[in-house]
Amino acid sequence: MSASPLSARGLCKTFRADGRAITALSDLTLTLTPGVVTGLIGPDGAGKTTFMRLAAGLLVPDAGSATVLGLDVARDPLAVQSSIGYMPQRFGLYEDLSVNENLDLYADLQGVPCAARPARYDELMAMTGLAPFRDRLAGRLSGGMKQKLGLACTLVNPPRLLLLDEPTVGVDPVSRRELWAIVYRLVSEQAMSVLLSTAYLDEAERCAEVILLHQGQVVAHGPPGQFSAPLTGRTFRVTGAPTRRRRLQATLARQPGVLDAVLQGESVRVVMAPGQRPDCTALSQTLGEPVRGDAVPPRFEDGFVTLLQGERREIPIPQVRVTPSFRGDAILVRDLSRRFGQFLAVQRVSFAVRPGEVFGLLGANGAGKTTTFRMLCGLLPPSSGEVRVAGVDLRHAAARARGRIGYMSQRFSLYANLSARQNLSFFARAYGLTGARAAARLDWALDAFDLQDLAGMESGALPLGYQQRLAMAAALMHEPDILFLDEPTSGVDPLARREFWTRINALAEGGVTVLVTTHFMEEAEYCDRLAIMAAGEILAIGTPSEIKAQAPRPDGEPESEMTMETAFIALIQARDQPE
Amino acid sequence: MKTMQPNRRLLGLLRKESLQILRDPSSIAIAFVLPAVLLLLFGYGVSLDSKGVPVGFVVMQPGAEAASFVGAFQHSTYFAPRVYRTRQAGREALRAREVTGLVVLSADFAQRLKADREAPIQVLVNGVDANSARLLEGYVQGVWAVWLQRELTARQIAIATPVAVQARIWFNPELRSRNYLVPGLLVVNMTLVGALLTAMVFAREWERGTLEALLVTPVTVNEILIGKILPYFVLGMGGMVLSVAMAVFQFGVPLRGSLWVLAVCATLFLLAALGMGLLISIVTRNQFVAGMIAILAAFLPAFLLSGFLFDIGSMPAVVGVITHIVAARYFVTIVQTLFLAGDVWAVILPNAAALALMATFFLGLSRRLLRKRIE
Repeated sequence: MSASPLSARGLCKTFRADGRAITALSDLTLTLTPGVVTGLIGPDGAGKTTFMRLAAGLLVPDAGSATVLGLDVARDPLAVQSSIGYMPQRFGLYEDLSVNENLDLYADLQGVPCAARPARYDELMAMTGLAPFRDRLAGRLSGGMKQKLGLACTLVNPPRLLLLDEPTVGVDPVSRRELWAIVYRLVSEQAMSVLLSTAYLDEAERCAEVILLHQGQVVAHGPPGQFSAPLTGRTFRVTGAPTRRRRLQATLARQPGVLDAVLQGESVRVVMAPGQRPDCTALSQTLGEPVRGDAVPPRFEDGFVTLLQGERREIPIPQVRVTPSFRGDAILVRDLSRRFGQFLAVQRVSFAVRPGEVFGLLGANGAGKTTTFRMLCGLLPPSSGEVRVAGVDLRHAAARARGRIGYMSQRFSLYANLSARQNLSFFARAYGLTGARAAARLDWALDAFDLQDLAGMESGALPLGYQQRLAMAAALMHEPDILFLDEPTSGVDPLARREFWTRINALAEGGVTVLVTTHFMEEAEYCDRLAIMAAGEILAIGTPSEIKAQAPRPDGEPESEMTMETAFIALIQARDQPE
Repeated sequence: MKTMQPNRRLLGLLRKESLQILRDPSSIAIAFVLPAVLLLLFGYGVSLDSKGVPVGFVVMQPGAEAASFVGAFQHSTYFAPRVYRTRQAGREALRAREVTGLVVLSADFAQRLKADREAPIQVLVNGVDANSARLLEGYVQGVWAVWLQRELTARQIAIATPVAVQARIWFNPELRSRNYLVPGLLVVNMTLVGALLTAMVFAREWERGTLEALLVTPVTVNEILIGKILPYFVLGMGGMVLSVAMAVFQFGVPLRGSLWVLAVCATLFLLAALGMGLLISIVTRNQFVAGMIAILAAFLPAFLLSGFLFDIGSMPAVVGVITHIVAARYFVTIVQTLFLAGDVWAVILPNAAALALMATFFLGLSRRLLRKRIE
């Protein structure tokens, strides 16, 4: 049977947790095209991981069947497992084994004959660039290298079907690009079929075919162009005064016929309902500045968002008005350094953030972002240099500065077994709010972050998007001047990310200063200014357009085509290989 | 399609596990260093015997008889007597815990000995440490009885003791507590490796996601289980050899039974402990919880309910019944018998059968519960 490498017919799967039934897949039917990369996308909880696990024989369906390479998975899991490669979201490398020993283990388990090993290992090591590190313990590899080793282990016995579950989560853009190059080679040279789930829409756009899952069902399946094609003639770039772009975006988002409006550089990108154009004349009048709208080709992301949104949902916007309690810069960093033993994690970093600005901190894993962040929040004392936050010198009055800042950490840091309401009132009390004021803030938080309907539920059981909103609300209970967000959107699906940024924009409009770290390059476009870090130093600083202008241009690429990601990679590569 | 012998996969798993054990300092520490430390601690430090116990004597009327009586205690290695002249001084010393007990010889001690052929004494013991108190009481009475008999015989007075008890102690004639503590420790040590270490190591595979990657390879459940059991079995047996060697050569505990019987019984016990460790980790899938459960369900019972420290016969009936589900109990009985008495089949066979039953139960249940699924 030279049929599809993977097909599913009427797959259903329900999980029980805390007495509630959660439907992960309901009557899912699909057929994968052989010999290409298929992207699997969808919001959190759409059933992507469940489907991968069913295909790999790790779960048994409640109803329906999955067929892999002509074999029924539920009936013959061992045979399926010896002809596929599956890389789970967190590939479990044995950290106390070396690169070679990890390969040996999987070669033994997959039954690769000893004679065939040296050639196969050499090939995999060359492909992943791990050849110089074959004797290094896996635990000592960087995040990107670990991911590549995981992929090499999965590939040790060349599989006919490769299942990759979010292989690029938490991996920096440079390593991400390398992983993709490997996957393309496998498909073109070995005719492998690949199913890859991802939260990055630019990655989905590079796949030959894309499957969009939503609530356990296939919403759309086809080449990425098919997703954006219906939007031709409906996407525009609207440009006003560069410094007021946030207000322009908020106004556009409220205009009738606008399905989606996001910041891109100094303009706003909008998707219109069929047959409509943004009304620039009206905009010019309301805003009192010239506004221009140009038609642009639709992107994959536009298709994704409009497909999932259906009709537009009104997102409650937090209303804030902060009058800064300080004069001058919100954050001022001068010659900041931090040393851990012999290792300089941050070296002589200087930058300033103005009040009401959204400032981004970008960098590869280990670039010193988190260390800088912690010093700014007063969680880690600097080795040398000056830090002023909200006009207060952190070396002398860290506690006073902390009263003026809100902090949302990378991981969910609320009490999972308290309800949303209990968590919020705890944080209100922790910040010293009492009585009527605490009650007023609680109501504000529940309304502004759309938490009312689930306020009584245990926070740990809330969907990821809710948890993230709750964490942000908790950080804002005491009306801080400055909000610190450490990778707030890591692992969050594209729709929730958009909602999240709508709120950040509203906060910034209300005068709150926001400092944010992120791995998503399109989010860098939403920042007013940003700094790119590598090896503890700042490589470039400025507005998104200034950063792109600073980056060395790859051969033959016109500047207008440059994305934040290419700029980022070019900057890092220029630093690593100075001419 | 199987192009390879299945044992190739098992060999791969075994090699991986061995490398991990060798590189993880904590597993070596739990298997060898901790047992050695426990053995040294119990062998040298902890003793349930009374030696050089400070005992106060209140002698109100010094004389030849009183001196002879106190002298009887001075000759014993068990006591370190101190003499006080008044009841008051003696009581102060007892209260200040300078002495653990007080023997009061009244002013008419010598007179009553001569006249009534008896020499009543009062014994006051500090009951805070109930165990030592009871021991001390018994020792003092024993010394007193022996001394009285000797005194009266010397004066050629017959005493009115109708029955003469001649006590002989078998198997451990010197009543050295080390002789039964050190073999018992073997059991505790093997529980550490078998249940605690194994439960934590396997739970770690769930936590780190290494098991998910393993499960999608063509490996079978049996291969995963054997790949885990065998290396830790070798580690546990290594620890046991070390413990036996230390017991015999370092502490001079006699080993009267046969080595092969010890090896067979140790195998059964270790399999039961490993099975329990695996079961705990399969159910919990979490290192912290697995560790706590292993300590509560295996390690502490091995200490407290196995008869290693506390005699099962003198436990309350309910607790005595509970000890029957503690594998360590059977092995402690076997080990103490093998070391001190020899190959007493009437003891070894039923206890070994119980161990075999428990090993089968735990391993069988682990095999049933471990699936190549992640639900």
